[in-house]
Amino acid sequence: MQYLYYPGCSLEGTAKEYDQATRALLQRLEVRLTEVEDWTCCGASAAPGISRLLALALAGRNLALAERTKIKADLLVPCSACYLNLKKTVETLRADPQAMRDTNEVLAEEGLSISGKIRVRHLLDVLATDLGPSAIAGKVAFSLKDLVVAPYYGCQCLRPYPVFDDPQNPTSMEGLIRATGAEVLSWSMGPRCCGASHMTTHMDQGMQLSGAILAAARDADVIATVCPMCQLNLEGFQKQIARRTGQGEAKTVLYLPQLLGIALGIPPKELGLALNLAVTEAFKKRIAMDEDLSVMAAQHPETIRQPPGKGVGGDEPISQRRSMGAPSH
Amino acid sequence: MSTPATRHASATDTREANPLAIVQEMMRACIQCGTCSASCPNASAMDLTPRHLWRLVQLGRMEKIFQSHTFTLCSACYYCSLRCPRGLNPSDAMAEFKQIAARGRMRQYGDTTHFCRDFVDNVRRNGRLQEMTLMTAYFMHMRRPTLPLRFASLGWKLQSKAKVSLPTLRRGAPKLEALFRKVEEMEGDGT
Repeated sequence: MQYLYYPGCSLEGTAKEYDQATRALLQRLEVRLTEVEDWTCCGASAAPGISRLLALALAGRNLALAERTKIKADLLVPCSACYLNLKKTVETLRADPQAMRDTNEVLAEEGLSISGKIRVRHLLDVLATDLGPSAIAGKVAFSLKDLVVAPYYGCQCLRPYPVFDDPQNPTSMEGLIRATGAEVLSWSMGPRCCGASHMTTHMDQGMQLSGAILAAARDADVIATVCPMCQLNLEGFQKQIARRTGQGEAKTVLYLPQLLGIALGIPPKELGLALNLAVTEAFKKRIAMDEDLSVMAAQHPETIRQPPGKGVGGDEPISQRRSMGAPSH
Repeated sequence: MSTPATRHASATDTREANPLAIVQEMMRACIQCGTCSASCPNASAMDLTPRHLWRLVQLGRMEKIFQSHTFTLCSACYYCSLRCPRGLNPSDAMAEFKQIAARGRMRQYGDTTHFCRDFVDNVRRNGRLQEMTLMTAYFMHMRRPTLPLRFASLGWKLQSKAKVSLPTLRRGAPKLEALFRKVEEMEGDGT
């Protein structure tokens, strides 16, 4: 199995560990990644706020580079914002011949052209659809039994394009999480918005949205994410949110491939776990993070991950359905 | 059939005559059901609900629309676009407002437009975004001395994990200069 790979800017900066974990996990699953050569920013949410053609051109440049690669494979994208930008651009160009001509006119400046034939895939789509829970289950070296994981999907891998999951009631992470031996938190916040870049431009509102997600995850040991922005919003402001709302405890937030990688016995270092901003001491103990996991797992398959504190009863659904967070008008 | 030059010129003319035209086109079929407002996670923080905004768009009420900060509060979660019974795309229509505000250099939207502009300038120069340089430029433009303090704790955490690289100076022409110039030329205005 092989894919072209577009990491995107975040995965070279604030989300380095997402890149490391994605590569390490897929290597373990015998998936080959070929990074798109000379890729640049997809335009993020900023380019569409400046100019439509610029947004098409910035995303289109990377699609053209991917199409030019000798290997013919789907383009795998771990960042949800990059995924949506690239996906939206392909859809727009396919549907609108004028947009296609304009974009190609811009790309010709760099000697590039785009046909729109390439298929853009989110990492979660590839993990859940192409590989599936069985690929994980068959390789588990370190069971995550007793761990409760809150699957957090965020927005842009689900909407507006419902490609691989129900965009309002997603479940694609659940099988993967259960394959590690962990339990899935029953909650309704999985597809809700974390506030995205509001954390920069409208901090109060950003904290409110991220705070609601953290609060709903209180009975989980870990929140699993598939987007650098969601990850940063949930891990980077926990203290400020707690100060503001007067409640909230430290919560471990991991990228999904990190969580899966731990279960497969990939050493924490290769998964970039030391780079996460929110990994609690209790969690480190539970996964014996200071040790070499693969060795530990081989030597003491059952003893190493006794929960240090509370037992986790997962009998009842933790959070009942909440309202959308905004009144109807 | 129009040549590219005349086509872009006429697009620019329409935009200047009625900056709202494109959003009006996108939201013409809105039936004011309010599904967008009910689905919006940010509606409670908006001064006008999305539904109200679309009505003002249909009526062409420029001045009222651009007194409102509603569109800057769209976080592009796409619930409204998913659920709109008319199949419209309000999320993308919100982004169109950001373009109108950026083109018109409307001061009331400084936070949002500075951020977008600093972001794309950074990409123009470096090809890939340099997060550290972006935040520095943004703070400079905002001219609010206390603003950086809100990010100090996060910045420190990121710095200590070596997750933000110090700005590297690019020699020569900006990485994506040719592409940006061509876009500006085709759109007939400064981007």
